[in-house]
Amino acid sequence: MSFPLLTVTAAVPAAGAVATAAVPAARRAAAKWLALAFSLATLVLAAVQLARFDPDSGKPFQLTESHAWIKSFGVRYDLGVDGIAVVLIALTALLVPFVILAGWHDADPLEEAEPNRRWRPTQGFFALILLVEAMVVISFEATDVFLFYIFFEAMLIPVYFLVGGFGDRAGARSEEETAARRSYAAVKFLLYNLAGGLIMMAAVIGLYAVTAHQLGTGTFSLTEIVQARADGRLQFATVTERALFLGFFFAFAVKAPLWPLHTWLPGAMGEATAPVAVLITAVVDKVGTFAMLRFCLQLFPEASKWATPVIVVLSVIGILYGALLAVAQKDIKRLIAYASISHFGFIVLGIFAMTTQGQGGATLYMVNHGISTAALMLVAGFLISRRGSRLIADYGGVQKVAPVLAGTFMVGGLATLSLPGLAPFVSEFLVLVGTFSRYPAAGIVATLGIVLAALYVLVLYQRTMTGPVKDEVRGMPDLRVRELVVVGPLIALLLFLGVYPKPLTKIIDPAVGHTMSQVHRTDPKPDVPANDVEAAK
Amino acid sequence: MENLIGLLVAAPLLGAAVLLCGGRRLDRVDHWIGTLLAAVSFALGAVLFADLLGKDAGARTLTSHLFSWVPVGGFRADVAFRLDQLSMTFVLLITGVGTLIHLYSVGYMEHDERRRRFFGYLNLFLAAMLLLVLADNYLLLYVGWEGVGLASYLLIGFWQHKPSAATAAKKAFLVNRVGDMGLSIAIMLMFTTFGTFAFGPVLTHATDAGEGKLTAIGLMLLLAACGKSAQVPLQSWLGDAMEGPTPVSALIHAATMVTAGVYLITRSGAIFNAAPDAQTAVVTVGAVTLLFGAIVGCAKDDIKKALAGSTMSQIGYMILAAGLGPVGYVFAIMHLVTHGFFKAGLFLGAGSVMHGMNDEVDMRRYGGLRTYMPVTFVTFGLGYLAIIGFPGLSGFFSKDKIIEAAFAKGGTEGWILGGAALLGAAITAYYMTRVMILTFFGEKRWQPDADGNRPHPHESPRTMTIPMVVLAVGSVFAGGLFSINDTFLKWLEPVTGHAEGNSPLSAIEVTAATMVVLVLGVALAWAQYGRGPVPVTAPRGNALVRAARRDLLQDDFNHVVLVRGGEELTRGLVRADHSVVDGIVNGTAAAVGGLSSRMRRLQNGYARSYAVSMFGGAAVLIAATLLMRAV
Repeated sequence: MSFPLLTVTAAVPAAGAVATAAVPAARRAAAKWLALAFSLATLVLAAVQLARFDPDSGKPFQLTESHAWIKSFGVRYDLGVDGIAVVLIALTALLVPFVILAGWHDADPLEEAEPNRRWRPTQGFFALILLVEAMVVISFEATDVFLFYIFFEAMLIPVYFLVGGFGDRAGARSEEETAARRSYAAVKFLLYNLAGGLIMMAAVIGLYAVTAHQLGTGTFSLTEIVQARADGRLQFATVTERALFLGFFFAFAVKAPLWPLHTWLPGAMGEATAPVAVLITAVVDKVGTFAMLRFCLQLFPEASKWATPVIVVLSVIGILYGALLAVAQKDIKRLIAYASISHFGFIVLGIFAMTTQGQGGATLYMVNHGISTAALMLVAGFLISRRGSRLIADYGGVQKVAPVLAGTFMVGGLATLSLPGLAPFVSEFLVLVGTFSRYPAAGIVATLGIVLAALYVLVLYQRTMTGPVKDEVRGMPDLRVRELVVVGPLIALLLFLGVYPKPLTKIIDPAVGHTMSQVHRTDPKPDVPANDVEAAK
Repeated sequence: MENLIGLLVAAPLLGAAVLLCGGRRLDRVDHWIGTLLAAVSFALGAVLFADLLGKDAGARTLTSHLFSWVPVGGFRADVAFRLDQLSMTFVLLITGVGTLIHLYSVGYMEHDERRRRFFGYLNLFLAAMLLLVLADNYLLLYVGWEGVGLASYLLIGFWQHKPSAATAAKKAFLVNRVGDMGLSIAIMLMFTTFGTFAFGPVLTHATDAGEGKLTAIGLMLLLAACGKSAQVPLQSWLGDAMEGPTPVSALIHAATMVTAGVYLITRSGAIFNAAPDAQTAVVTVGAVTLLFGAIVGCAKDDIKKALAGSTMSQIGYMILAAGLGPVGYVFAIMHLVTHGFFKAGLFLGAGSVMHGMNDEVDMRRYGGLRTYMPVTFVTFGLGYLAIIGFPGLSGFFSKDKIIEAAFAKGGTEGWILGGAALLGAAITAYYMTRVMILTFFGEKRWQPDADGNRPHPHESPRTMTIPMVVLAVGSVFAGGLFSINDTFLKWLEPVTGHAEGNSPLSAIEVTAATMVVLVLGVALAWAQYGRGPVPVTAPRGNALVRAARRDLLQDDFNHVVLVRGGEELTRGLVRADHSVVDGIVNGTAAAVGGLSSRMRRLQNGYARSYAVSMFGGAAVLIAATLLMRAV
């Protein structure tokens, strides 16, 4: 038996979580270093995955592992990655070390001067982050629907504690008030996602019932179901397929989040610390959009096509709605949250445009959005930690006192508004082109999003960074070495992938081609293919 | 030789990277690093120019393919360059005038504490503009296009501590983004129509597509051009952009940025030639803007804003010419180059005046400066004569040709366009004479600045005057040189094509008419400002003057329609997000809560009610199983 690389990639952060949690209270600092070491080990494993992955092998899944698990229900421990999953695992493994470094002091016990405040369990904070990482990684790897479902749901628990247990320092508000708001946000997050999960569970059981009925033995295996559909052994009645599709899609749309199921996100991202917010929006939410591509489209291709018009409309609404609400926000972190809602609209739009450019762009968008949101949100977190306020109005003239901080914030902002030359531009344009070639009207309306994105980013920058220096901002230190170590590589990556995204598209492209063939869609042909004429000469 | 094209872009880009990331240790040499790399770029441009001149007129195209940028399915974007006569002309203008502006900034920005960043941004500006004109496909052009937008944002808002500068920068970027939307959609249309957006295949096969598609592409390209080139209705950012340091204004108005729209339309000539409706839209925008800018230019007392109105108007001429098709492309570009010389000279002259006058910009507080700043006076004066089209100077040749081409459009349309162009020439002569008289002639109306310092006007240092002199030379001779033997026309024709128009007026008649309106404009300005004292505070003026001072109410319009409307919309949405969207979900939660409390009542301890519910549950399960079988 070959080395179980996929299992190990998920097991290492899980083991790290246990090890970190076990560090005694007195050795708090050791817990941080331990967590960082485990996250870096995971990154190495993710890199090995990338290196061993062969994009042109023609096989839908690689590095596969397969073991029977719960035999009586046909549940298997099946792992495997395609070009989409392997790239998203790499993103996750890449971001978590930065999240840990950025949150280095977020769970430190409060100063002695404030004895009546609660002690914050440092070990717990970092253990939970690693636990989330482990569950996300295995969700990307699972090719058994039931296995996926377990971790998709279980992920809620550590995230719930991260949001509810660790927030920004109180600032102007009282500790009780922030704690109350935090737990409201955490509970809301949990309820929304549990509701989605429950509906999905019904659909998962339904899927089992159908396979059990038609194939004789029930199965949750994605490959087996896809194969059976292709052979004609398994045929869904139209109504059943649509019902099951909706059950799956609802859960993923809550997690993504798609308009109008988005309202949990601004609360969760606003109340959580910036690194946790990054963990949620850049990593956890990606499982939702990823699962749309892997499960909704491949298990239920006909129903996916049936639902496409509605989903396209919802996505376009989400793009504009998120951007407009971002413009009106007074709180920096909520603004970034609404911007993310707009971006998730683009991702879902690209997936359901059902073109090579749309789905390839959407996958690339997941990666690029992860990096750009991390850059912007983490710098925002550094800013907030200096002043103790999330309100935009409390800042002004920061560029004068902390030019490097302002400069990195600007680059993060420019990435968020998809400036050409930075990575998100490539993916956003691909999504727009891919959408436009199938649904021109949706493509054009979505393009309005680029103007609105410029508006909310530049308004945020102007109000916080430019103008006369506010008294409270005076004396604010510029970025420290640890903070530069976090932001520098992210910015370098944004630039690199903006200029040379080919290493990623090369891996993603074949996987998208496979998904497209599963839903039996091909790209629309141009009216007068000028390139072919050129080639013919 | 082809490899030099990449270096041409890379040199200023390297400068930007070094200056922006280099830190304080560069603070003593930063301005020279920036200027040197701009000059290197110009030198490379000159070498390539010599190379092109050595080739046959039909073979003057160099291409250089660096790497495949975004390959996804049938979507292929490459990082590839194309250098032909059109892009070569732009390269020389951008790097030549750009280098002079760098040199000028060495003196102008000498004492600015953020000088290193200023030169970094200037280099970035050049790199982006070079990428724009050298790209071999529309998507790479888009990168340069937005790069120019970014660089202008950074430079207009360079003095970020001033809220007005930060606002102006944001406005410029946003208005440009509306234009960028047009470019995005145009590229998407090209992709769905031709399956590619590389210049070669799209432009050679443009005529294979239907006219409707081409018109749509053309209109979207026009929208893009309106944004970058500050044409009506996306003109509102240009005046505010004067918040940036003066060398920036020279750079934006002469060598880069606003010329990009003219480049885009000329480059896409094959598309416009086959889409007459789109061309009509282009000439309309050009004609309206050339009058709009000229009228605004008449009413401004701020010297830079008067010049900004003038730029808008002159670019209007170029857009008008480009919209005329092969009759006008060459003259659009020729006017663009001559305008590059004299407008850069005028802005640098204005900066020199401000430099000597405690940064005062109000021309009503100038007067009589010609004896104090002789070099500035002479170079500015030559630029003035060039822009109003004084016979023999650069502007005379290029503008005259555009007016002639406008008449040649034929029919009523030709008369309207030609008339607008002539009227514009008269107004140009008027407002530029006004600027000249208010600044350099008449009695001194100098006022102490806010700190009570009286101005002591003096000539600027060499680093500033040398570029002004060079530009003045260009302003005088460029047009004539281009016109001898139709040199410029022959140079550009292989790329843009050329057709002789069929003008109802002969060339002599057009020139005569131009001269008449020129004299009228100058005379009117002299009568108003040259004969008597000029009040330091502006008179109230009639309704048109007041509207023109407010840029013909452009901002009032934008404020009412876009800003206030947008604010209402977002505020409404915030409320709705809280009450409606969230409310429905919370309502569902409340309903579940209500349901569960009712459920609790079911747990009443009576065996009979448990039996009933068990029976009910079993019935549902059996029904569900049967249903499943049926499926």
